[in-house]
Amino acid sequence: MRFVFKRSYDDDIKLFKHKMRAFYYLLLLVLMLSLPLFLDSFFLGEVTYVLIFSIAGMGLMLLTGHTGQVSLGHAAFMALGAYLNVIMLEKGVPFIISLPLAGIITGIVGAIIAFPVLRLHGIYLAIATLAISVLTEDIIVIAEPFTGGVVGLVAPQIDIFGYNIDRYSTPIAFYFLVLFITLFILLIYRNLLRAPLGRAFIAMRDSEISAQAMGVNITKTKMSAFAISCAITGLAGGLLGHFAGAFNHETFNLILSIQLLLMIVIGGLGSIHGAFFGAILVGFLPQIIAMVRDVISNSFGVSSLAIPGIEVGIFAAILVVMILFEPMGIYGRWIKIRTYFELFPFYRKNMFKRQKSYLKTERMK
Amino acid sequence: MSLLSLENVTLAFGGLVAVNNVSFHVGEGEVFSLVGPNGAGKSTIFNLISRFYSPQRGDILFANNSILKLRPDQIPSLGIARTFQNIELFEQSTVLQNLLVGRQRHRKSNMFSEMFFAPFVRDEERRHRQVVEEVIDFLELQAYRDKYIAGLPYGVRKIVELARALASEPKILLLDEPASGLSLEETNDMIFWIEDIKKQMKITVLMVEHDMNLVASVSDRVLALADGRELAIGTPKQVQSHPDVIKAYLGTSTVGNIDG
Repeated sequence: MRFVFKRSYDDDIKLFKHKMRAFYYLLLLVLMLSLPLFLDSFFLGEVTYVLIFSIAGMGLMLLTGHTGQVSLGHAAFMALGAYLNVIMLEKGVPFIISLPLAGIITGIVGAIIAFPVLRLHGIYLAIATLAISVLTEDIIVIAEPFTGGVVGLVAPQIDIFGYNIDRYSTPIAFYFLVLFITLFILLIYRNLLRAPLGRAFIAMRDSEISAQAMGVNITKTKMSAFAISCAITGLAGGLLGHFAGAFNHETFNLILSIQLLLMIVIGGLGSIHGAFFGAILVGFLPQIIAMVRDVISNSFGVSSLAIPGIEVGIFAAILVVMILFEPMGIYGRWIKIRTYFELFPFYRKNMFKRQKSYLKTERMK
Repeated sequence: MSLLSLENVTLAFGGLVAVNNVSFHVGEGEVFSLVGPNGAGKSTIFNLISRFYSPQRGDILFANNSILKLRPDQIPSLGIARTFQNIELFEQSTVLQNLLVGRQRHRKSNMFSEMFFAPFVRDEERRHRQVVEEVIDFLELQAYRDKYIAGLPYGVRKIVELARALASEPKILLLDEPASGLSLEETNDMIFWIEDIKKQMKITVLMVEHDMNLVASVSDRVLALADGRELAIGTPKQVQSHPDVIKAYLGTSTVGNIDG
């Protein structure tokens, strides 16, 4: 068991709780930086894919996990980011400007869309954002002059000051680019959470009425949440465009929206870790299934075990099991395991059992 | 000098007149209590001051300015802080984080400076923390500082809510049933705290409370309400022995005392 003795207020402000934890994250960073040394380009590509999904997951986590606004339309914002980025690149805007700008414009669009849907809560907000996702697919097809319609767009090579980055020809450079952006977004996210705005997000999630009574401007704060969330998701979309190489309206369909939401739920709502855990699961699951299938068919001499829909089935099964047994997601389970070892042998089974919650003030609106 | 005043305020929900032509003035530095049976309109008056409701008639003045044009989230910036009858804390946050939300009205940084955690944001955070720590010391919440609300007992939650309101450094504190659900000792603590809030912190208190012991010990003046109307106003003793008040509580005028 570790006791952290706090000596100044900064101990609660700084990014890492204690030196050991900072060291663990440093180790993780070193591992991530050295991955290209022992992974071939295929697996490096998979890790890049997971990182891109982590960015999108962070975007949605901010909105759904920390602000409590469910969105089933985040694929739309990924699409917007991807299309804006490529359209700007085709117009000759350098990548180093086009990608951030795509994110920023997506954020602004997100804030504008947030305005009319602000009054909606829970399931109604989910339906409204679902509609946005469905609409976006159609708009992409209709706006053919810009988006290429059903043919889609091809993402050109990334050019940063004359240095060319491409997923296939320079997978390592592309990996480092995505890793850098992931770390950047991660830092911004962490900063927000330890600042007044992040606290306002969480306050709004837990009790809108009392957040308001403490001086949180609900409209403005929700719009900021949408803006930041959509901007991050737009960035992820831009990167996914480059990762996919070519994309059309089907790349960003409704399934992607649902996948993003499931990802953060399985990962653990309300924690940044959850976005990463969820992305790892969603990103690697198809590969793991494929590998297990190969092993089984090779060792038992079965010619083909390709069962249609097996991925979706396993994914759904994991979701059901998660919701039944671990509503806090993978991160919640991780915390429990960590606490078990930290407190060994004093861990009690009902340590994380939720206390009964007390009656809430009836909503006044 | 009156800090907060209601002037002929009327609010009806359909046919139900929740607050009927109520006027009162809360003077600076006093502890003013609203009492009355259930449904008398006490909490509704709080929600009117918080601007969750708008009155159909009348005006609400704070430091001689009408607050009816303000949004609910602008009320705290005037220096009005409140607690809720059925605790409205942020369950999935620690006590410390809850109290820091109370500092929201003093937020000077914007979204962009916070994203990059500019040095002045850090300075602000330290300053917020210092005020919060003073409140924690005052209400003896040190042991709960890093505990999540979801795991705290009811009595502590009540105190955390009071602490969160105090953390905003208000001019007037609106307490909605601060002693409901508290044990005898906890209620006695509450009496001391309210007295200290008044005397040491010089904060005006407007309170809704059913516990007549608490009301009688701390209040300078009491307003009794029933069915949205004013019944009596005066010192706790005067109000407790007022025949209309006794009638409202007990339905008869033959009983002399409604203590407890």
